[in-house]
Amino acid sequence: MQLDTHEVEEVCKDLYVRALKILPPDIKAGFARLQQAETHKIGQTILGTMVENIAVAERTNNILCQDTGIPIYNVTFGRDVSFDGAEVTRAIRRGCERATKEHSLRSSVVHPITRVNEQTSCGIRVPIIHYDFDDREETVEIEMIPKGSGSENGSFLQMLIPADGIKAVKRFVIDRVIELGGRVCPPTIVGVGIGGTSDLCMHLAKIAATRPLRSQCSDPEGAKIEAELSQAVNELGIGAQGLGGRSTSFAVHVEVAATHITQNPVAVNIQCHSARRARATITPGGIHFS
Amino acid sequence: MSHHVLEMPVSAEQVRDLKIGDTVTLEKTLFGIRDATLIHMFDRSRRTRFDLHGHAVIHTAPNVHRVAKSEKAPAGYEPFCIGTTTSQRMERFTRPLIEREGVRIIIGKGGMAQGTLDAFAELGGAYLAIVGGAAALETTWIEQIEDVDMDDLHPESLWRFRIRNFGPLLVGMDSHGGSMFADVRADVASRRSAVLEKLGIAE
Repeated sequence: MQLDTHEVEEVCKDLYVRALKILPPDIKAGFARLQQAETHKIGQTILGTMVENIAVAERTNNILCQDTGIPIYNVTFGRDVSFDGAEVTRAIRRGCERATKEHSLRSSVVHPITRVNEQTSCGIRVPIIHYDFDDREETVEIEMIPKGSGSENGSFLQMLIPADGIKAVKRFVIDRVIELGGRVCPPTIVGVGIGGTSDLCMHLAKIAATRPLRSQCSDPEGAKIEAELSQAVNELGIGAQGLGGRSTSFAVHVEVAATHITQNPVAVNIQCHSARRARATITPGGIHFS
Repeated sequence: MSHHVLEMPVSAEQVRDLKIGDTVTLEKTLFGIRDATLIHMFDRSRRTRFDLHGHAVIHTAPNVHRVAKSEKAPAGYEPFCIGTTTSQRMERFTRPLIEREGVRIIIGKGGMAQGTLDAFAELGGAYLAIVGGAAALETTWIEQIEDVDMDDLHPESLWRFRIRNFGPLLVGMDSHGGSMFADVRADVASRRSAVLEKLGIAE
């Protein structure tokens, strides 16, 4: 399959808008589970307002949250796909910029030093683009994540040492969740990276924070920790918007990577309740959005 | 716990009437403000032409449509999606907002810290918690963008919205030293060791 970069541009434009408007079904199901379990009165009211907002956005064809986020595109190339890589990167950028202009989206992206906003949602190294490869025949998958800033500001990295053990990793996660309270727009998905180098560890936390609910860490040891921590954070009493109750998080997700004999790194990255993402799969048969 | 309907602007007495746990619906006028707006106003001594005395400000930077100026869109903007951002980043601006500009109410998400609570007690003010991320709903409470100042900072301009039935919002911090966020933080701190113990972590 020859990848058509005009198609990539259109898809990347549409994905940004779709992600902002349509909350994925796993997150909606996550809300239903939290509503069932919540006994705190204010918590119940807040969850009700959030669910009402999802319905209002759908009914009025509006975006869910005013934060259009930092745009992230995760692109996975399958086998037997030919493409002009540099042109794919340019196409993604054009799609992102066109979504912003044609749909009058708030550009939330500024130069880090001058703070100048180009009003395009683009800037130096933004949109963030990750390329990966898998074994699917003649398939290209593009996932778009508008990463909200309230939760992104809840990011931490700690280079713990082996003598601290895995207990220190768990304590670090609990203490960061406590520290963040309502600032990260709970209920959240707490993304935890364990292992790797400092940069990989942080990236693992982002992968974890943006993974679908009810998905599991592929490493059994990581999966055990995410089950334990998922229960623990909702016993802290932080609750929806930090105003009390059980609904602190939909889940804690963990991703792991091998690390150095001297290292024990842990990273936290938070996803807010407006856990938006959209995906398109391009095959010779056409484009499928999910 | 009572419900208050406040037609903006309000007096210091009216705002001192609000207690944590009360709910509030705002009517008439609301100003949108954010990081860059506040940095320019207070760190770079920029002055707004708006009179903020007795008014409420909401921590926001909206999505808007640029349109031709008309009776319906006097500032040349129509609301598209207006929501609320995390308040804590703007903590150090609460006191000058009240002292210099006369602001009485701050609306935001996630709560603010002790400095804000002290300023409220001393000068008269309240923090109303809105549900963050519920912007599509919030937008239905905004009738019009009446005016905009400091628009070179777009979207972090100073916005004047005409609002209708804006709420219900929860009084999260009041002028009497009450903070629901601080109460929750204290409760969380008391639960921490039990949670850690269950995870097999002895302190």
